[in-house]
Amino acid sequence: MTEALKLTIDRRDALAVIYTEGYINNQGGEEIARAAYELIEAGYKVLLLNLTGTKIINSIGISILIEIIEKMLEVEGKLAFCALTPTIEKTFHIMGLAQYAAIFGDEGDAVAGLGG
Amino acid sequence: MTLLPPTREVTLILPMAPDMEIVASQAASAMASFVGMSSDRVDEVRMAVVEACINAFEHSRAAERKVDITFRLIGGGARPERLEIRVHDRGVGFQPAAVEEPRIEAKIKGDRKRGWGLKIIQGLMDEVEILSGSQGTTVVMSKSR
Repeated sequence: MTEALKLTIDRRDALAVIYTEGYINNQGGEEIARAAYELIEAGYKVLLLNLTGTKIINSIGISILIEIIEKMLEVEGKLAFCALTPTIEKTFHIMGLAQYAAIFGDEGDAVAGLGG
Repeated sequence: MTLLPPTREVTLILPMAPDMEIVASQAASAMASFVGMSSDRVDEVRMAVVEACINAFEHSRAAERKVDITFRLIGGGARPERLEIRVHDRGVGFQPAAVEEPRIEAKIKGDRKRGWGLKIIQGLMDEVEILSGSQGTTVVMSKSR
């Protein structure tokens, strides 16, 4: 029915950016988690999720993002988000996610804010 | 004789199958746009419908694996003022008052990260009511233009 979520990963010196394209449901969330855990294993402690290409997400997908936030806290790292639709950003605020993961308007602001 | 306004509602019956919530969300998007909501409000309706469907798919334990989604246009003449959406399953029901409100602090540390659906729906829609019993559960939610 819906196409699988596509991910693109940009590994930089100080952080890695994961770009998403498509619906973040349970499978999409698992894809992101797999990518994030590989990056953590590779030594990245700052991850930025750029959701420019994602217009819809569900609570199961977000729950998996919470698992990634927990993992980042364990390794004393940071997960941040940028380029959210207003509805996805509102949803993250409803859930309180912004207390644990910074939300930036665009990637430039995020990279500057994260010291990348 | 008083003429009653024509019933302005549409009902979709969808199987509880993967990604059917997206079909429901597309219908919700079309109806919310028809009401004249801004694109942000349309998106909010769309996401609330996704969550209501997922709750039904995952928790209803309905023998008949179907969900009814009724979109009702309320008020106004040519242009309605409000969209009401009813997402109904024929499952075993639950006690809404017994559902604990999820808190991010507990979810981050706890094993169970899920359980956000109702909170998201309540945060995105203007009014939400849960009707639940042995005949199933209906989430009634509405949003104005």
